[in-house]
Amino acid sequence: MTVLPKWADAILIPLLSILISFVISGLVILYLGLNPFEALRLMVTGALGSSYGWGYTLFYTTNFIFTGLCAAIAFHARLFNIGGEGQATLGGLGVALVCLAVPWPHWTLALPAALIGGALFGAAWAFIPAWLQARRGSHIVITTIMFNYIAAALMVYLLVEILKPEGSMDPATRRFGPGAELPLFSDIFGLVGIPFSSSAPANISFFIALLACLLFWLLVWRTRLGYEIRAYGHSETAADYAGISPARMIIIAMIVSGALAGCMAINSVMATERLVLNSVEGAGFIGLAVALMGRSHPVGVILAALLFGFLYQGGGELALWANIPRELIILIQGLVILFTGALDNMVRMPLERIFLMIRRPGKQGA
Amino acid sequence: MTFMQKTLGGVAALAIGATACLAEPALMYDLGGKFDKSFNEAAYNGAKRWAEETGNSYREIEVTAEAQRVQFATRLAEAGFNPVVVLGFQNAATLEEVAPKYPDTSFVLVDMVVDLPNVRSVIFQEHEGSYLVGMLAAMATESDTVGFIGGMDVPLIRHFGCGYAQGAKAVNPDITVIANMTGTTPAAWNDPVKGGELTKAQISQGADVIYAAAGGTGVGVLQAAADADVLSIGVDSNQNHLHPGQVLTSMIKRVDNAVFNAFSDGAGLETGIVSMGLPDDGVGYALDEHNAPLVSAKMKAAVDEAREKIIAGEIQVVSYYENDSCPAHDF
Repeated sequence: MTVLPKWADAILIPLLSILISFVISGLVILYLGLNPFEALRLMVTGALGSSYGWGYTLFYTTNFIFTGLCAAIAFHARLFNIGGEGQATLGGLGVALVCLAVPWPHWTLALPAALIGGALFGAAWAFIPAWLQARRGSHIVITTIMFNYIAAALMVYLLVEILKPEGSMDPATRRFGPGAELPLFSDIFGLVGIPFSSSAPANISFFIALLACLLFWLLVWRTRLGYEIRAYGHSETAADYAGISPARMIIIAMIVSGALAGCMAINSVMATERLVLNSVEGAGFIGLAVALMGRSHPVGVILAALLFGFLYQGGGELALWANIPRELIILIQGLVILFTGALDNMVRMPLERIFLMIRRPGKQGA
Repeated sequence: MTFMQKTLGGVAALAIGATACLAEPALMYDLGGKFDKSFNEAAYNGAKRWAEETGNSYREIEVTAEAQRVQFATRLAEAGFNPVVVLGFQNAATLEEVAPKYPDTSFVLVDMVVDLPNVRSVIFQEHEGSYLVGMLAAMATESDTVGFIGGMDVPLIRHFGCGYAQGAKAVNPDITVIANMTGTTPAAWNDPVKGGELTKAQISQGADVIYAAAGGTGVGVLQAAADADVLSIGVDSNQNHLHPGQVLTSMIKRVDNAVFNAFSDGAGLETGIVSMGLPDDGVGYALDEHNAPLVSAKMKAAVDEAREKIIAGEIQVVSYYENDSCPAHDF
């Protein structure tokens, strides 16, 4: 059975993995002739040293929470949904269509409508691969990857040929208008007298992401449907024997997954007030790492999303102030993903051995 | 944390204080990357030339995704850099959002027009430059088939291709122009492998001169063309040296001059629209020791004559933007 206590599995392993990836990144920075501690300081001050930095860090964190939850719900059903990117792209389309369709009088009306629009489009985009998996046995990994490309191509077609305002060259929609403007952190914290940078895009979606985490937890661990999804994820044959329809579980898990990815668009599209190409910025893929690192649990997802939000924002600042090539930022992010996701066992196995060594003498004594 | 806040605050205050007397200019590269050997690199060369000639320094940053543009432009303005030069047509929306918030900062936009009091918009007549290299291609081809490989399929690139096709058809109305776009996402600006594949496909269809207007992707086009021993045409920067004797010419777009001028004019530079075309050598074709054997005196004479006629208005090169379509090629 599991050798590691729960706290070691949930906290110690990710922390050690991050540490290793940071040490290796530091060595690379050293090799390039720069001071790794200076680089770390730039990243920390850039991402967490001001309300402007926090505003961007939490903006990215919001994206990653949604896509992390998207990957996590699929993981619970043992489905590898690599299509978060495409589903979030389509979610962006849904949000944009809702925002453009009506001259919204106030954001309190626009936000729920946009949320539904984004979730519906994301869910619909996830439904097709899910149906293909459930009914035709087409592997979900392959189909969702391909659907990312279809989504990107569809978005280009729509933005270039249809949604682009007349006379504009930029493949992007027109602005959504003042009624669809979401309150920024500066507005929200301003109500209670806390000053916050108004240049940073963090907005009310962050709290909606936190709410989504709570709902996720309730769904997975406190409802019958969540139990069925987890049962299916642990053993398809056992679930089938217990009267749980595998096809139904695949489709439901993927629809929820796609809807969560689609909800990300209220942050990445609605808050930026227009739909641009590539508004997802790879968050769909980061979501996989976030879910792996967060052990598919909402609290873990929040923490991992915060880490990646920090890396995104801090990395941008590093590129600006230290003239570090952008490839290095991707390297650091890649190393974190590699060690927390792919090379999990490299940390886990030695750690298990250490824990066994500590435990054994104790047991013999008892 | 408080220590860091203080440090950062101090740095910011210093930067803002410094703007009054000695503002550093800043340059924001667009997707494709600083060393794309093309559009962004031309800007880098202009900035580098300015730094070498004046001994001053500048700040630069590379955008890696569309959504970062606003963030980075805001960051540069916020930190007190002035002027802030941004590259690429897609930054029009960026400046529409950022520039009004920083009325004391001068912005320069290359490739698109934004009508704001603190923005200088630099645009190039790429269709005219492309027309000239299209003529050269039509005169150099032996198979009467010339190719065009664009980056991302957007009106700007069709604008290049349209000028090229018009130039080629002006020399030989029966010429076949094959045009392909590398992709529909911004990844198409930096996909040399796919550029090479498209080149091979066009060669198999008979093309023996291929024009790449694709940013970093063009490196793959030029390489594949050189490997197959057919001619290619570079873009934005002078790319003749990449494969000496195998690059027919390059459609030069003097983005470096746009950046150099902006940096030299400094904070508070004159705003409005600056159009760079054939008369001021803002666009043109490259002739140097690497391609001199490829361009005969007759070809050069014909192209130079066309250049004069375009400047004089005797030849009208239709812009793709006029009605989002091209008279010489159906994209």
